[in-house]
Amino acid sequence: MNNEQLIINNAVDKAVLADYITMLSDNSMILGHRLSELCGHGPSLETDIALTNISLDLFGQVRMYLQYAAQLKDEETTEDTLAFLRYPNQYRNVLLVEQPNTDFAYIIARQFFFDAYHALLLEELKQSTDETIRAIATKSLKEVSYHQRFSSEWLKRLGDGTDISHEKMQAAVDHLYPYISELCEASPLELEMQATGIGANLAQLKAAYFERVNSVLEEATLTIPENKWTQSGGKKGIHTEHLGYILADFQYMQRVYPGMEW
Amino acid sequence: MKNIANILRSVSDPEIPVLSIMDMGVVRDYSIQASGEVLVKITPTYSGCPAMDMIAVEIRAALEDAGYQSKVELVLAPAWTSDWITEEGRAALEKYGIAPPLEASADKRALLDDERIVKCTNCGSTNTKMVSQFGSTACKALFKCIDCLEPFDYFKCI
Repeated sequence: MNNEQLIINNAVDKAVLADYITMLSDNSMILGHRLSELCGHGPSLETDIALTNISLDLFGQVRMYLQYAAQLKDEETTEDTLAFLRYPNQYRNVLLVEQPNTDFAYIIARQFFFDAYHALLLEELKQSTDETIRAIATKSLKEVSYHQRFSSEWLKRLGDGTDISHEKMQAAVDHLYPYISELCEASPLELEMQATGIGANLAQLKAAYFERVNSVLEEATLTIPENKWTQSGGKKGIHTEHLGYILADFQYMQRVYPGMEW
Repeated sequence: MKNIANILRSVSDPEIPVLSIMDMGVVRDYSIQASGEVLVKITPTYSGCPAMDMIAVEIRAALEDAGYQSKVELVLAPAWTSDWITEEGRAALEKYGIAPPLEASADKRALLDDERIVKCTNCGSTNTKMVSQFGSTACKALFKCIDCLEPFDYFKCI
């Protein structure tokens, strides 16, 4: 199927815009991959289906982003080369999304922290001056609203559940909390895109994000971690060791059989 | 043009064979180009919907059978909404055992934890319960009837 000739933005440097779009897709791609690892391994049939459905939505969004980014780049670049042939230090996803599926509480905490950000980000990108980003954000937000509802409900159910579920949920929240501030820390690329009206204003988004996160944590009877230490680096291409393993799995087929088609 | 509409009406979503892509609101536009080629614009229901490629292939095959060369393009905006499913489409869904989407728009309701009343497709009871917001495909949620115990799909509002 051919893609409709997407409306190309001529107001900015195409290479910079392509980098920004690729960066937007990286969070969805790596989290989507993490969730796909659960296919057939979810704790119950319903949660297994839900988590893999969320993965599918995220990959659908990735394809829309990367098809657009590829059009802005040179002839040789396609959505597949962007997805499968970059090296770990070329990925700009936040560290949060590459964290492993330690247990169901970790999966839910990671999802909740990301969904809360994702929904706010897409709400902002619906106002982007770039027509294609606007279209992708509008489409994606409908799906992400469902993701957010799912992860928030589970967070509350486990946090406000039994002693053991509470303890496990709290441990996951404590472990992942240091990673979430990176979501709202604008990189130079994001600041540049914000200045052109294409990208979101992350500084502005930050207050709403923490308000949302903290209110759901409270409702889940969980303690907001007091540890103010934070961990970041993904937006600069400096990742935890997990990303290498993810990409080894994710890129295997294209590395071993270059240009292979399904 | 009427002919083309009829051909497109014969194509259905492979996941929901009773629902024509015209009734699903997936076909946004079709026209005959100066070259004689038919241009069909479709939009995905969900961005990750794996049926879209299949639908595009089936559209081209159906048009070719009728002697038309065609091209299928994917459009993103405006974003598809379950409100675009026609009355005929909703009736076909219900008969097939999938509860049709209830009311307009979705994303706000999903955020507000709004419980909705979905009628059982087997016995018609409104005493039903959502088992999971995510069902057998991206566009469906899983429900169960408390009265007749039948599990059934509900086409989500988005």
